[in-house]
Amino acid sequence: MVSIVFARMEQQDAHTLDGYTRSEGYSGLRKALSMTPEAVLEDVKASQLAGRGGAGFATGQKWSLIAEGFPRYVVVNGDESEPGTFKDRQLMERDPHQVIEGSLITAYAVRATRVFLYIRGEMALAQERVGQALVDAYAGGYVGADIMGSGWSCDVVLHHGAGAYVVGEETALLESLEGKRAFPRIKPPFYPAAKGLYLQPTIVNNVETVSTLPWIIRNTGETYATYGAGRAPGTRIMCVSGHVKKPGNYEVEAGKITFRDLIYDIAGGIRDDKELKAFVPGGGSAPWLFPDHLDLPLDPGPVGAEGTMLGSGAVVVMDETTCMVRAAWNLVRFYSHESCGQCTPCREGGNWLEKIMYRIENGNGRPEDLDLLLDVGETIAPGPFPHASNKATGLEAVPFPYKMTTICFVGPSAVVPMHSALTRFRDEFEEHIRLGACPHRVAVGSGVHA
Amino acid sequence: MTEPIHITVDGKEIEARPGEPLIAAAERGGTYIPRFCYHPRMRPVGMCRMCLVEVVGPRGPMLQPSCMVPVADGMEVNTETPSVKRAQDGMLELLLINHPLDCPVCDKGGECPLQDQTLAFGPGESRFVEEKRHWEKPIYLSPLVALDRERCVQCDRCTRFAGEIAGDPLISFMNRGAHTEVNTFPDDPFASYFSGNTVQLCPVGALTAKPYRFKARPWDLDQVESTCTSCSVGCRVAVQSSSDRLVRKLGVDVDAVNQGWLCDKGRFDFEAVNSDERLGTPQVRTGDSLAETSWGAALRKAADALQGAKERHGAASIAVLGGARLTNEDAYAWSKLARTVLGTDNVDAQLGDGLPAEVVLGLPRATIDDANRADVLVLLTADIKEELPVLYLRLRQSAIDKRVRVVEVSPVETAMTAYAEVSVRSLPGELAAGIQSNKAKAVLKDAEKVVCILGRPTLAESADAVIDAAAALLAQAPNTTFLSGLRRSNVHGALDMGLAPGVLPGRVSLADGREFLGATWGELPVEPGLDATGILTAAAEGRIQALVLLGADPLADFADRDLARRALAGAGTVIAVDAFLNESARHADVVLPAAMWGEKPGSTTNLEGRVSRLNQKITPPGTAHADWMIAVELADFLGADLGLTSVEQITDEIADLAPAYAGITARALSSTIGFDGLLAGEAKEQPHTAPPTMGPAESPEIIAPDNQGEAPSGTNIAPETPDPAHGSASEQTDDIDDVERPQLLRFTPASSGREVPAIDGYSLRLVSAHKLYDAGTLVQRAPSLAPLAPGGAVRVNPTDLERLGLTNGDSVRVTSSRGAITIPAEADVSVPKGIAVISFDQPGPGAADLIDTASMITDVRLETLS
Repeated sequence: MVSIVFARMEQQDAHTLDGYTRSEGYSGLRKALSMTPEAVLEDVKASQLAGRGGAGFATGQKWSLIAEGFPRYVVVNGDESEPGTFKDRQLMERDPHQVIEGSLITAYAVRATRVFLYIRGEMALAQERVGQALVDAYAGGYVGADIMGSGWSCDVVLHHGAGAYVVGEETALLESLEGKRAFPRIKPPFYPAAKGLYLQPTIVNNVETVSTLPWIIRNTGETYATYGAGRAPGTRIMCVSGHVKKPGNYEVEAGKITFRDLIYDIAGGIRDDKELKAFVPGGGSAPWLFPDHLDLPLDPGPVGAEGTMLGSGAVVVMDETTCMVRAAWNLVRFYSHESCGQCTPCREGGNWLEKIMYRIENGNGRPEDLDLLLDVGETIAPGPFPHASNKATGLEAVPFPYKMTTICFVGPSAVVPMHSALTRFRDEFEEHIRLGACPHRVAVGSGVHA
Repeated sequence: MTEPIHITVDGKEIEARPGEPLIAAAERGGTYIPRFCYHPRMRPVGMCRMCLVEVVGPRGPMLQPSCMVPVADGMEVNTETPSVKRAQDGMLELLLINHPLDCPVCDKGGECPLQDQTLAFGPGESRFVEEKRHWEKPIYLSPLVALDRERCVQCDRCTRFAGEIAGDPLISFMNRGAHTEVNTFPDDPFASYFSGNTVQLCPVGALTAKPYRFKARPWDLDQVESTCTSCSVGCRVAVQSSSDRLVRKLGVDVDAVNQGWLCDKGRFDFEAVNSDERLGTPQVRTGDSLAETSWGAALRKAADALQGAKERHGAASIAVLGGARLTNEDAYAWSKLARTVLGTDNVDAQLGDGLPAEVVLGLPRATIDDANRADVLVLLTADIKEELPVLYLRLRQSAIDKRVRVVEVSPVETAMTAYAEVSVRSLPGELAAGIQSNKAKAVLKDAEKVVCILGRPTLAESADAVIDAAAALLAQAPNTTFLSGLRRSNVHGALDMGLAPGVLPGRVSLADGREFLGATWGELPVEPGLDATGILTAAAEGRIQALVLLGADPLADFADRDLARRALAGAGTVIAVDAFLNESARHADVVLPAAMWGEKPGSTTNLEGRVSRLNQKITPPGTAHADWMIAVELADFLGADLGLTSVEQITDEIADLAPAYAGITARALSSTIGFDGLLAGEAKEQPHTAPPTMGPAESPEIIAPDNQGEAPSGTNIAPETPDPAHGSASEQTDDIDDVERPQLLRFTPASSGREVPAIDGYSLRLVSAHKLYDAGTLVQRAPSLAPLAPGGAVRVNPTDLERLGLTNGDSVRVTSSRGAITIPAEADVSVPKGIAVISFDQPGPGAADLIDTASMITDVRLETLS
């Protein structure tokens, strides 16, 4: 087991400046400042580090896309809110200086003058820890003017969100940071690297991504790339939750292990030794996988071909007792609630999906509702919708991603759980309708199994 | 101009302008793509997703919002493929799931884009069986605008308009997801002068205007296009009526003027036309009261008074005051009556609240577009947001887009201050010093094209101060052209028709035009007559035997109320031609009821000299007549024939005899090019094209500006018309026909040399200008607008208030050399120290009781009552 990003998780005082500097803290930044920005960029490219926010865009490539112009900004997306994901929170709470150091390395590499740390509104401890870390880092000369005597200066601005999932979408985050309502921006421009914060060239990176950078600079990108396998070099944190014995964050060499290793070995197997029914492989907006996909490696290549994504690295495990209608409804409700309200398909369509599924789960479904669900889904995401293969029914996988009629991915994300559950467990939906009740005797709102 | 590019829409190649949105190019090419959020005058947001079309890209056809996709050469677009149809169907079904479908009781039903597009592009029925979203309905966003959130489709049109166009970001989206709603911020109503535009922009029935709610159904409406005369901007409108009552005014998009927008006063003041207080019968004085009588008896009495005055005291004892409310044809008839039959030159359409006619008519002219394209725009006028609201929208946009640099000289902050590069505070009387300040000079230094909006920054300052400032500006920037900032509805038309002393129709002086016009009109007065102040002074001194008030209310509108009062008492016979029995008309001996806007056809001239059509929509109340008819009948009773027989005939006579109006014939005005108005002084006879009359049920939905994506065209008159170069008017009129026409007036301002008296330590210098909503006839007779007048108060800097030992909200006694009033005092940090601001013509005692019109400035003292 390798610890790169999570190296200090066992260290009780890692969140203090003393504790951090004692364990090689800020030596990555010191080394970076002794290099040219181009050399730092090359090193990160060599590491093959990919963004950990969900899209998995190559970090070095993203940096090299930054447009000419002054000022340039770096924004660290700490608005972690993808259902099932809780890694960035732990990183900000337990190792806040690593986030700051990584964001400064980013700023140095892309010649930015200011870093904005955007922390989700609900994360009180993370806000406190990062805030204190910033105060200490400023006092210690690690942030601000003439950082560590290098002559290079960069400020870090801390910003707290107000609790909107959609801010995880980088352009919505930029709007929010500018003090506006968090409406995702229309693409093009596709990348904030061209026009970002205040329409200036901006690099937006995830907390885990920047947290990886100090290690990469200290140990070179080539070393980092020797970890992992396939299209998943290095390590990444998988957040395992749901019906497992040992839920939690695990740093793994993703390409080298399978979902079986993760769920049954690392996370201790299914709770009460029950059977696995389904699992979300990469956050709430990733199409579901099923027991027949347990031997897939945690590699974006094969996972994508199987109709889903590793996304933010959140694996939510559902055992045989889970009502698929309710589980899917719960996620659809989340995306419907979190729609920013901008695009018609997401605002109205997500809400409609939620209402239909609520009816089915509560025994008021109609046979025609199932095709209606799929049809409404198609208005939000036209064309074949990605889903995993199904050996039992002979259904072929439709590879990720989907097409969409919305500005951002929130709308289609509401379709994902409905579509995954319905294509695989249509019989369970039909049973709900036939019985006029949930066969799992899980009434929506009751909160517990009967 | 950039070369057009070509795109293919549904297999048909069309021409497009580089960079324009696909939806606009397709529409011009004949393919209408359905939309809700897209609006050509606002930034596209791509929210409703209704305009999704297939754009063929490297990875095959992709659904794209056509409002957000700029056209590119060779672009291939499908708008009718199954996937597009599928998307349109889906969007409409989604938009309708929470829509209440209360069309039978919805004001929008029958003219609703959601209805229309559902019919054209949507599904036949809904598959939604759940409970719809519910909101309290309606809620009032402002005293004028109600919002039904259940009907809202979240298109962002109203909110975008409020923030981007009006600059009043007082409404916004709240909450999210299916609970997204438009609302105001807590305790902060949508108090915008432009709120009515959001009602017109709304693609559903979510926003309704109080004056129109439940008043009519669209299919019962009849409409004509016309021009708004609430102020002098001259916005184009559609006037709609039902059962012979005006029910609605809608903005029509004329690129050179209002670009589709209206202010709320203009939009809703038609209520005054419907007022029960309208005069429908002539009245004559018997003893202390006015009694209704016949037209014959009233005209007889008026004619006798005029005849008697002329015979016994000479023509100079007759005066005609007012006329800014009139159409050009009305004004021409009265100008002709006064000069030829009555024999007097004592005529003035202004009430001392403007600038001398030779200044307005004789300075080199600029258009609204010129002002928006100037290098430097100099504001020497009152707050244009209060006085000329839609002009403010245009100029604000140009300033924000950094198309013009704005220099403002004003005694107090205005709405444009925030957008001005330089805003100089000058004490009343010292405008010229502001123009000569280093800050203003620095911006003016290298400017090639300077346009100045010249008006009256405050009525408590002599017009001489404005002329001095104009002279100072021309000394620095000799090429400066001027756009009049005078606000009173058709004051420019009235001045152009000669309703000012020493001026004849067509912007010629009495001296220059006497011979030319006399050939047709007959004998004309020799000496220039009195202006409004002169007339009122003469009346007060008993030298006016017959005073005609042509829609004038000097008791309310003249800056010296005491003089106005004495004038009305001292004038022999007062003849009021008015639509209402206003304060001054109550003192009249003869009251002749006049038709109002919407009740008579004609033409009107806006502040840039653009002549556009007025149309009649309803019949006047009782036996009220158009003012020109009253002039003709009065002449008849005086034994004269004005030779005026119809509006068209008068329009054509003006085109013949008024040099600046050459070519502006009735035919030209009713042609396609006349739709946007014709610039006086520059128009030529146009080939007659089909008049663009509005169909009875046609929606005046703001149309895509034809020149989107490039600089707006100057005048919309004709391609062969040269650029509206200034002062070219007289040259151009030469070839109209062979008659030798007089030169147009030219005015070169020179410093008056008047000294500004020093201020003493106990006094504050008075500033008084109009607010949009005032105690004026129209606003107070429009029930929706009347309560919006803010009321009288004296606003002073908190420091001054403290220095004078006063507290905010106190009733104070304000004293000037002319009088004293008691009004509340308000602390206002936006008022500079040393200045007291009292808005003009608010209900109750006001600035008119204080202003000394003879002095360069008016100083006031504030004292506690205790």
